[in-house]
Amino acid sequence: MAENSDFEPNIVAFLCNWCSYAGADLAGTSRIQYPSNVRVIRVMCSGRVNPLFVMNALQQGADGVLISGCHPGDCHYMQGNYYARRRFNLMRNFLEYLGVEPQRVRMSWVSASEGAKWKEVIEEVVNGVKEVGPMDQFKRRQLNW
Amino acid sequence: MNGKPKIGVYVCHCGTNIAGTVNVEEVVQFAQTLPDVVVARNYSYMCSDPGQALITDDIANMGLNRVVVASCSPRMHEPTFRKTLLSGGLNPYYLEMANIREQCSWVHDDPIAATEKAKRVVEAAVVKARRLEALDVKEVDVEPSCLIIGAGIAGIQAALDIADAGFKVYLVEKSPTVGGHMAQLDKTFPTLDCSACILTPKMVDVANHPNIELMTYSQVEEIGGYIGNFDIKVRKKSRFVDMDKCTGCGDCAAECRLAGRIPNEFDEGIGMRGAIYLPFPQAVPAKYTIDKENCLFLTKGKCGESPKCKDACKAGAINFDLTDEVVEFKVGTIIVATGYDVFDARMKPEYGYGVYDNVLTALEFERMVNASGPTGGKVVMLERGKKKKKKEGEEVEAPKAPQSVTFIQCVGSRDKSVGNEYCSRVCCMYTAKLAHLVKDKVGHDCEVTVFYMDVRAFGKGFEEFYDRVRREGVKYIRGNPSEIYKKGDKLVVRAEDTLTATPLEHETDMVVLSVGLCPRSDNREIIDLLKLSQSSDLFYLEAHPKLRPVDTASDGVYLAGVCQGPKDIPDAVAQAKGAASAAMIPMASGKVKVEAQTSVVNEETCRGCGFCVELCPFTAIELVEINRMGWPVKVARVNEALCKGCGACAAACLSGSIQQRSFKDVQLLPQIKALGVK
Repeated sequence: MAENSDFEPNIVAFLCNWCSYAGADLAGTSRIQYPSNVRVIRVMCSGRVNPLFVMNALQQGADGVLISGCHPGDCHYMQGNYYARRRFNLMRNFLEYLGVEPQRVRMSWVSASEGAKWKEVIEEVVNGVKEVGPMDQFKRRQLNW
Repeated sequence: MNGKPKIGVYVCHCGTNIAGTVNVEEVVQFAQTLPDVVVARNYSYMCSDPGQALITDDIANMGLNRVVVASCSPRMHEPTFRKTLLSGGLNPYYLEMANIREQCSWVHDDPIAATEKAKRVVEAAVVKARRLEALDVKEVDVEPSCLIIGAGIAGIQAALDIADAGFKVYLVEKSPTVGGHMAQLDKTFPTLDCSACILTPKMVDVANHPNIELMTYSQVEEIGGYIGNFDIKVRKKSRFVDMDKCTGCGDCAAECRLAGRIPNEFDEGIGMRGAIYLPFPQAVPAKYTIDKENCLFLTKGKCGESPKCKDACKAGAINFDLTDEVVEFKVGTIIVATGYDVFDARMKPEYGYGVYDNVLTALEFERMVNASGPTGGKVVMLERGKKKKKKEGEEVEAPKAPQSVTFIQCVGSRDKSVGNEYCSRVCCMYTAKLAHLVKDKVGHDCEVTVFYMDVRAFGKGFEEFYDRVRREGVKYIRGNPSEIYKKGDKLVVRAEDTLTATPLEHETDMVVLSVGLCPRSDNREIIDLLKLSQSSDLFYLEAHPKLRPVDTASDGVYLAGVCQGPKDIPDAVAQAKGAASAAMIPMASGKVKVEAQTSVVNEETCRGCGFCVELCPFTAIELVEINRMGWPVKVARVNEALCKGCGACAAACLSGSIQQRSFKDVQLLPQIKALGVK
C-alpha cells in the first residue's frame, strides 16, 4: 500500500471493561492527548471478542482493529485474556493468508493504571495502519442491522 | 415497553469538560437523525437532579423505552443512570452510555475531530440501544462473615469493628503473631505515644473476641465463589507446638541449642532467637513456634540425644509429628490488609548498607530504641557478626553509644532509579521522631543530622512536631547524599548542601537510612487469589481513587492499610474502619445483587458440543438432557448464580447459540458497523 499522508485511518477497538477500558479512562482523567482515530467498543472481557467481530469490522470499513485486555495473569475472569490471545494468534495467521497486513489487527495488554501506555498503543496502531493505507482487500458488504 | 424502540439521547456538557471540546449542539442534531431516536437533548450536568429528571420526564411523557446518555465513562455513572431508568419505571438495562468525556473530549483537543468521534460513539450507542433487552436483577444471600487477610493494625481494626457489629470474622495472619509492623515500633509520631501501649490491647482483643476466629501462622490457599458466597481454604502451618497445651512459659526457647543464633525477623535481624521462639514478649497468641527451616531436629532429624525443647516443656506441648491443617469455610466478604515490606536498602549500594555495621535501616534503628528490643532500648554502636553463615557468629553489643547519628531521607522513595516514584508519606515524620528519641536516649550532646530532599509535614500535628525537633537541635541539611564511605572509625557522608550549593563531607558514627514502604514482595499471591489490579506503584488498586478508596474491582473485596498505598497509622486505621463498614453493607442487608449480564443458551439451536462447558472459568455451564421434538438431546445450560458474565463462551460458540446478555452478537455487530463505516 502506498503511504498517504492525508489518510486518517478508522480503527475499531475492543476493550475489556476492567483493565484496558479503565486504562483508557485513566488516560482521559490524566488528559493525555492521543489521535482520535480509534473508536472503542466496551466488552466485559477480551475473551468475549469473537474473531468474527474483527472480520466484520474490516468488512464494514474499518482500516484496523485493536483488541486490548488485562495483562496475562490479571484477567478479572481468570482466563479470558488467554482465550483472546489464542484466538488472536490463530486469526492473525488466517488474516495473513487472506492478504491482510499484520499491522491492521493488533492485540495489547493495558492495565487500569496504564493511561500513558494506552496512548503509546494508540499511536503505534494508528501509525501502523497509516503505513499500510486504507483497507480495501475485502469487498464492502454493508449489512443492514 | 415492547414493540418499536423509542430512544431518548441525552448529551451532557459536563460543564466545559465535554462542551469545551465537543460541539454538543451538533451531536444532538446528529442524534436526532438516527433510527428510532424520538428525542435528543443536551444539558449541562446530566448526573444532577434536573438532568436525571429530564430522562424520567421524557420516559413518562414520550413513552421512551430506551435511553442513551452521552457523558462520562460508564465506569463512572452507569449505576447512576441505571437507577434513573428504574425510578422512571424502565428496566435499568435499557440504558446505553456513550463515553464522550474520558475517551473523547479529554483526550482530543481538536474540536472537529472530537465532535466527529463523539457522533460516531453516540451512533454506536444508539444502534446498540435499539437491540437492548430487559434483564432481571437477581439477588443472592450473603454469608454474614468476613475473611480478613493480614493482622497488622489495619486488619486488627477492621476485624474488631466487624466483630463488634455482630458478624463473624476469620482473621488470617501469615506470621506467628498478630500486630504487624506497628508492633515493631517504639513510639508513634507526632504524639510520641508508645506503640505497644496502644496496640497490644487490640491484639489481645482480636484473640479473645467471641466473633473472631484468629488463624496465625496461616495462609489463604484458595478463594472461590463470589460476593456473598466466597469459598475459602486456609492452610494453618504446623508450629510443631500444640496450641492448646502451650502455656507460653518459654522454657523451651531457653533450652534450644540454637538459642540466640538465628536472626529474629521481628527485630529485623538485630536481635537473635532460637529455632523455637516467640517473636516478642507481647506476641498474640503467646504460643511458641518451631521454625522448621532451622530446627536441627526437623532439618537433620537429630538434635543431640533428644530435642532439648521437648525435654524442657513441662506441658508436653511439643510434638514433631504435627502437620499442617487445611480448613475450609465460607464468607460473604473479604478485606485485604496485607501491609508492606520496607525498601531493601541493598538496592542503594552507595549507602553501604550490609557493608558497614553502623549503616542501619530505620526499622532496625526502631527496634534498637525499643525498650523491649534487642538492646533494651539503648542506642549503641553495632558490631554485626561476621556474616559467613547465618547461624554463625554471636551478636556482640558494643557498649558505646554513638556521638553522632545521621539520617538519610527518601531511601527508596521518590527515586526513579529504583523504580519507586512515590513518596512513602511516613519517613519524614518517623525520622523526626527517631531524631527526637536519639536526643532523648543518648543525650543532647549527641549530634543528629538529617539529609533531606523536602520535609513533608502534612498531617495533624506534624509541622508542630517537626518544629519542636529542630528546636531540640536536630540539624537539617537539604541534599541527597551521593555516597557513604568509611574513614577510620567514622562513616563519611558525602553530599551537597543544595541550599548553599556547598559540597560537604559529613563525619558521623551511625547512619540511619529512612527506607520507604514498598508493596509486599509476595503481592502476586493475593493478586492471583483475588484478581486484584495494581496501580503503577504496584500497590493494590482501589476501585476509584477518590470515591471508592476501599473497594476493588471485585465485588465484596475491600482494601485496608498500606497494601493500597503508603499511609501512617491513623490513615491505615481510618481506611480499615472504612473497609469494615463497606464490607458490612452487604452483610447487614443480607442480600446482594448478582451480575445480570450473564450468558444464556438458545436451547433450540444448541447442539450440545460442550465447548463452552470446557471453556467456562467458573464452571457455570453444564450439559443437560432435554427433549427436542421427541428426541433426547444434550444442550448447554448456564447456572446464573455462578456466571460472572465474561462472555468467553459466547465468543467460542460455533452456532452462536450461547450469548452474553447485553453483549449479544446482534447487539455488538451494529456497534461495529457504526464505528467501522467512514
